[in-house]
Amino acid sequence: MNSEINIAFKNARAEKRPALLTYIVAGDYNKEKTLEILKSISNNIDICELGFPHNTPIADGGQIQTSAYRAINNGIKIKDVFEIVKKFKKFNQKKPVILMGYYNMIFQYGENKFILECKKSGVNGLIVVDLPWPENKNFSKKCKKKSIDYVQLVSPTTSLKRMKRIIKDSHNMIYYISMLSTTGGKLKVSSKEILRNYQKIKIFSKKKNCVIGFGITEKNISTLKSADGLVVGSAICKEISRSLEKRQNPVTNVANIVKRLKKKIV
Amino acid sequence: MNIRKRIPLIDQHDKNGFWGGKFGGSFIPETLKKPIEDLEILFSKLRKDKKFIKERDRYFKNWVGAPTRFIKLNNLSNHLGGAQIWAKVVSDANGGAHKIYNATVHCLMAKKSGKKYIVGDTGAGYAGKMLSMAAKKFGLKCKIFMGAKDIKRQKPNCDAMRKNGAEIVPVYSGSQTLVDAVSECMRYWVSNCNTTAMCVGSTVGPNIFVKICGWSTAQISRELKIQIKNKFKKIPNKIKLINCVGGGSSAYGFWSEFIDFPKNQVELVGVEAGGPKNSKLHAAPLSRGAKLGVLHGAMAYCCQDSQGQIKETESISAGLDYPGVSPMHCFLKDTKRARYTFATDEEALRAYKLVTKLEKINPSLEPSHAFAEAIKIAPKLSKDTIVIINSCGDAKKDRDILKKKLRKIK
Repeated sequence: MNSEINIAFKNARAEKRPALLTYIVAGDYNKEKTLEILKSISNNIDICELGFPHNTPIADGGQIQTSAYRAINNGIKIKDVFEIVKKFKKFNQKKPVILMGYYNMIFQYGENKFILECKKSGVNGLIVVDLPWPENKNFSKKCKKKSIDYVQLVSPTTSLKRMKRIIKDSHNMIYYISMLSTTGGKLKVSSKEILRNYQKIKIFSKKKNCVIGFGITEKNISTLKSADGLVVGSAICKEISRSLEKRQNPVTNVANIVKRLKKKIV
Repeated sequence: MNIRKRIPLIDQHDKNGFWGGKFGGSFIPETLKKPIEDLEILFSKLRKDKKFIKERDRYFKNWVGAPTRFIKLNNLSNHLGGAQIWAKVVSDANGGAHKIYNATVHCLMAKKSGKKYIVGDTGAGYAGKMLSMAAKKFGLKCKIFMGAKDIKRQKPNCDAMRKNGAEIVPVYSGSQTLVDAVSECMRYWVSNCNTTAMCVGSTVGPNIFVKICGWSTAQISRELKIQIKNKFKKIPNKIKLINCVGGGSSAYGFWSEFIDFPKNQVELVGVEAGGPKNSKLHAAPLSRGAKLGVLHGAMAYCCQDSQGQIKETESISAGLDYPGVSPMHCFLKDTKRARYTFATDEEALRAYKLVTKLEKINPSLEPSHAFAEAIKIAPKLSKDTIVIINSCGDAKKDRDILKKKLRKIK
């Protein structure tokens, strides 16, 4: 199955580098700027992760919480999130977009309607932080039917037995959480150890793409570049906050940080 | 959707953790799957372990102080002129509220699992105070997450926590109340689950926490059942058990032994926080028709907007000021076994005033909501109706609020 997500990884592999995935929150710091940011970074990234913000995010650290609250205060609704994706896809049809968020937002919208809107607006994948395996079995099947990749998460606490079963039910992409932490924590384990765990996943799933996320910044990204893909989220949200505080343009600042991230992994 | 007899309600969920096929579950990040599974294994082992039960009962008896009193409120009964009003004075328990049961069990379990740290959330400060007490008793290091707004309004309990050597972590995100404290506590656990045990302060959260808390507070109704039989020789024909409901831990504990009785014999009445009289905000998801949603790892009725953002709540009582509620109470509501209503801030204050004027008990603002309902319905009830209120917390912590608010209440 050659999904756009698969192609993105393939292209990165052809260039002998990991795919770069970035995460920003839809509506941070407003709808228009989110789209501008996506456009300005799209040349340097392989996959966009776009968060649909929730105000009780139990797995997010301070940076992403701040972004999410900013977006919610700006009145962002799920329909706006789809609107942003639609517009972005018009600008760059090939760039895969993965939506990420918490299950209650999907539940309130209606699972089927949500998947349908994903399809319509061009969303390629979904990450639902608080819908782990096996609770996500039904929902991920529904996604697959519409060729939307449901991204399974694996963490350092995941046992080998469980890991095998999660991988078996996974689609094209698996997300390895680098450490016991909420998003944006300081990387408290060595890159070596992270990669060792990452390799365990790869042994069971040679053909599937596995990305590493949580705690990745400009400082440490190059030490993890042997992975299939690397996700940077909080560092970018932090840059938006910092820019706003200093009355600088977040769009150019985020574009610059993404450029620097890319340089470190090529 | 049916309640089964002779099986504790805490065990009436399906294999995915849902009561009635839809309430509860475990909506958690992958990282917490393992620690939660470990906790499930530990709990199912310990609850069958006679030695552990003995140990628990010993602490409940000698340290918590079981049984708490079951008393008739003669003056209040005469004043209202209807049903007989009784109170189960759970605030007699060490520390002044029912939260001690759950805290004790969690600390005992943490000890068994070899953990040296325990963290917990708190709203009114009782869950935090009790956890800090139990942690001190069992030699565990303790951190309590508490909304910055609650730290201000529940100072006496904060002082107690610090005195017990616990660190209070103020939470500034969102509404700065219990809902944010629970989120922050869960986040902390995500980052530290390898060394630290977590205690969820009520019958909310992922399935296992609902169960452990319910199993712990069930002590209240075990005592009550014996006390009722002693006073009345049998379970009387018309009883109403009235309890306030925030997360619902004291209500579940108060009712658990009586769920199997027919509802025209033992009526279960839950009283939620209706908030200020003319405010749109409240903390009453069951009685004011909130929709089903996921909050803190469980599917339950929950105050939220059409998008699924959790709504701010408002109540004079920090302990009830929570947008969600236990999945077990959702189950009891939808099976119509329990009836849920609400009392406003003003009604709770008026009830507090009346009860403390007539009786020698000092219920905190949380059970004052339950008293408000009792005061409302008792005059219309027959003399042979036994209304029992769970006076589950002591008002010492509410000193400052009461001083300020009581002046305005007629």
